[in-house]
Amino acid sequence: MYKYDQYDQAMVDARVEEFRDQARRRLEGKLTEDQFKPLRLMNGLYLQLHAYMLRVAIPYGTLNARQMEALADIAEKYDRGYGHFTTRQNIQYNWIKLEDAADILADLSKVEMHAIQTSGNCIRNISADHFAGAAADEVVDPRPYAELMRQWSSFHPEFTYLPRKFKIAVIGSETDRAAMRLHDIGIRIVKRDGEVGAQFYAGGGMGRTPMIAPLIRDFVPLDQLITYAEACLRVYNRYGRRDNKYKARIKILVHELGAAEYTRQVEEEFAHMLSVGVEPPLEELARIAAHFELPEPLRRPGPRAGTPLTPERIKNIGVPGQARDGGFEAWALNNTHPHRHPDYVSAVISLKPAGGIPGDATSEQMRVVAKLARHYSFDELRVMHTQNLLLPHVAIADLPALWQALDAAGLGSPNMDTIEDIIACPGLDYCSLANARSIPLAQRISERFAASGRTEVVGELKLKISGCINACGHHHAGHIGILGVDKKGKENFQLSLGGSEAEDVSLAKITGPGFDEDGVIAAVEKVTDVYLATRADGERFLDTYRRIGMEPFKEALYG
Amino acid sequence: MAKDIGTSPDEVQFRFRDDEPVDHGTVTVDACCDQTNATAVRIEPGDDARLLLPFLDRLALVEVNFPSFGDGRGYSAARILREAGYTGELRAVGQVLIDQLSHMRRCGFDSFAPDKRLDEDDAARAFATWVNVYQRAADRRATIADKRHEA
Ligand code: HEM
Ligand code: SF4
Repeated sequence: MYKYDQYDQAMVDARVEEFRDQARRRLEGKLTEDQFKPLRLMNGLYLQLHAYMLRVAIPYGTLNARQMEALADIAEKYDRGYGHFTTRQNIQYNWIKLEDAADILADLSKVEMHAIQTSGNCIRNISADHFAGAAADEVVDPRPYAELMRQWSSFHPEFTYLPRKFKIAVIGSETDRAAMRLHDIGIRIVKRDGEVGAQFYAGGGMGRTPMIAPLIRDFVPLDQLITYAEACLRVYNRYGRRDNKYKARIKILVHELGAAEYTRQVEEEFAHMLSVGVEPPLEELARIAAHFELPEPLRRPGPRAGTPLTPERIKNIGVPGQARDGGFEAWALNNTHPHRHPDYVSAVISLKPAGGIPGDATSEQMRVVAKLARHYSFDELRVMHTQNLLLPHVAIADLPALWQALDAAGLGSPNMDTIEDIIACPGLDYCSLANARSIPLAQRISERFAASGRTEVVGELKLKISGCINACGHHHAGHIGILGVDKKGKENFQLSLGGSEAEDVSLAKITGPGFDEDGVIAAVEKVTDVYLATRADGERFLDTYRRIGMEPFKEALYG
Repeated sequence: MAKDIGTSPDEVQFRFRDDEPVDHGTVTVDACCDQTNATAVRIEPGDDARLLLPFLDRLALVEVNFPSFGDGRGYSAARILREAGYTGELRAVGQVLIDQLSHMRRCGFDSFAPDKRLDEDDAARAFATWVNVYQRAADRRATIADKRHEA
């Protein structure tokens, strides 16, 4: 894991002092609320329906036990004893007082954390594949590149007042577990003839005009990575629209210019930037990469990487005859992911108990997870963009003990990537922009499917809910998406099908007229009926939808 | 001759240069490109700073206007001019606020004419915010990465 040196620490400390000073000037009336707003946003402080919300950065979703414990302490000391993990691998606190904000930032800085640029029209916290450094299918660990970019983008003097927020995701596998092409810039680290470089995608995003980012460069050499990113940003900063905030994201610029013209402008700027010399020395990348070396026992994986656990194999884990609850086997089958070392897996900790609030964790749960990370995962933890947590490096032999501890803490739901693993935005319970409540809907759907035992039968089905068109809940990218709309003052829900944020990325299509809350729950059930009745062997919901199209679903819903 | 626009030396609150300030107004980018003798020009957010590159030798003052502090195009304009070798005065004018100063300085601005005068102590603190920096920029400061690997 990356560890701050004196410079990184000093930068974060300077930021805490700067914010303290800004808050003081705001209180003294030297800053208007309008002037203060972008400053507090750049420190992750949002004003919501009932209180301030603080969004804390978890760079590329990686943290250690001590950091998780600090997050638990903050939830207890300054909030109501819980936090909310987000779709960009961050954590949010929903009940923060402005007067406490600087102290919270100071507490964070003691464990090498911060809230820098988690909001505002700047380059946001950079996300990455949550299985980075662990996945069996990984080509290159993307995190050193993400860390290099974290440093480059922090307090960037030119790009702090962009037309709109700017989100970057970095992955290092063919498989996309970070919704890479739905980011302003998506980067895939690739290997070509032994040489490592970066593929750049630009202009993706969700919101009211969802777009899939086109490829703009197939290979950027490693010693030009920052230079290329800088060129992408400069063209956007200069020409991104500023007349209408709904058209200000880079996706609109890329769309209006056309990918080819945007790329041409970037290449021109890039050629110029190369002559200016903005790239950090290549030794810096090597220095950073050394922090991400695998723990010693994992370095020599042997001839083959791991493969998915089978029921057969799970039966034979651990001491023969060891007492074990029936729930373990389902969990081990569903919630583990193949590791590069055949004796290990990554273990997913679901924050989606049936009927629970997606992504919420109590301080107590955070502490349990921290302890388990120390015992079973080399002191390392991840936040997933699906609002779950995971332990990246768990010995397969330790799984039964790990599961027992998780289950005891209410963290053992075996539902990764199932219909219970819902992504939902805060919605009307917290958000002033909402049309509808997303959280209660998510709770009712997961409860319903869990109670009927259908979750397991249906298998992989990604359901995503947003409370309004801003699409914080990624509904465009859901196998099933639900969008809250306002229908003459009443909450109404639009259903859509066929989206994906993965390597088979696609945008969901609306089925037809919307439903009320009960109606949309029934509609989700009908849609799964159609799937179950027509699926071919091994087909996921999404595959069936792609094969048979929208009509049969429409027929069932409205026919 | 286009009408004079721009700030006067009296309105400049902070200046990090020793030469005499230009004592006349600026012209628009369009006017500057059309006439051969202008030595001071004013860039608005929508202007392409690169249009000035052929005239950098004769320019002694470039003002970059920030009608709204949230419009960050002027930061790119400043860096572009410095990257092209412009050494004259680069003045940030308009909604120039305390918390923008350190970034503007890094982008190459060396004089500041805020439309509302700033508190001197707050400004001094703001200019000194970053003892170290992560990125290479127009101020040519050695970055943290440079320092880590200098030996
Ligand atoms: C105060 C109300 C809001 C809340 C509580 C909220 C919540 C969230 C959360 C939790 C995320 C994941 C963020 C992260 O971890 O960085 C997110 C992302 C997002 N938010 Fe919001 N948000 C709010 C307002 C807005 C507004 C005003 C917009 C747009 C006008 C917006 C658009 C988005 C989009 C589009 C994403 C992710 C997808 C993308 O990058 O395209 N949100 N929001
Ligand atoms: S999608 Fe809409 S309702 Fe949900 S959090 Fe975002 S802005 Fe609020």
